[in-house]
Amino acid sequence: MDTAHSTRPAPNRRPKYYDLNPANLPPPGIISIFHRVSGLVLFFPILPALIYVLGASLESEAGYREWRAFFAEPAVKFVMLGVTWAYAHHFFAGIRYLLLDVHVGIGKEPARASALVVLVLGVVATLIAGWCTW
Amino acid sequence: MHLVKAYTKNPVGAHYGLGDWLLQRLTAVVMVLFTVGFVVCLAWHKPGTYAEWKALFSGTFVRVTTALFFVALLYHAWIGMRDILMDYIKPTGLRLTLQSAVVVALLLYLIWIAQILWSR
Repeated sequence: MDTAHSTRPAPNRRPKYYDLNPANLPPPGIISIFHRVSGLVLFFPILPALIYVLGASLESEAGYREWRAFFAEPAVKFVMLGVTWAYAHHFFAGIRYLLLDVHVGIGKEPARASALVVLVLGVVATLIAGWCTW
Repeated sequence: MHLVKAYTKNPVGAHYGLGDWLLQRLTAVVMVLFTVGFVVCLAWHKPGTYAEWKALFSGTFVRVTTALFFVALLYHAWIGMRDILMDYIKPTGLRLTLQSAVVVALLLYLIWIAQILWSR
């Protein structure tokens, strides 16, 4: 490269193409947006619902039985799988961020690999919870 | 002259960023520890009746750690919700209103949880 001459390089006019389709995000991007969405859903409606059920189930024997019967419904169990996944995914993705903060697995390849591990762990934890409650 | 002018700008904002960043991580660690402990506790005791369920939350240790978990959770949720609102809600008035609503909700949850854990 001859940089001695001060002729500026011709501006690159080729169009830049950013693939903004969320489905084509790399794994770290996918778990990042899932982390945010699961966090939002955990704040509302899961958090107030959880506090309400905790209170109602501890309040009285009747309340306990009522909520136990409610959570025995198959449809409710399916919803609870989603709730479990939101918590589990937020949990594992958060641990990954804590590790990245202390510079563990910060390279591109390990970061991709750990993102896939987070995705798998979230699903596995949900399946285990489903297995234990079905 | 332009150098002097450049230095009159505050380049680091309101100074709460690092503290919040750190607290979001500290509260996360508290919640990880509680979550693991609570899952182990549930798997160990398998509370299957109202009496057992109530007994689980009547011990001082469980009450205090559960309260600690929720305090961590509420602070963590505040930082997370504030980040989300700052990212997507551009009009300042609306954003501050929503942020205030989040703070009020979280403070009410705190009172609610204390009442649940210590009213019996």
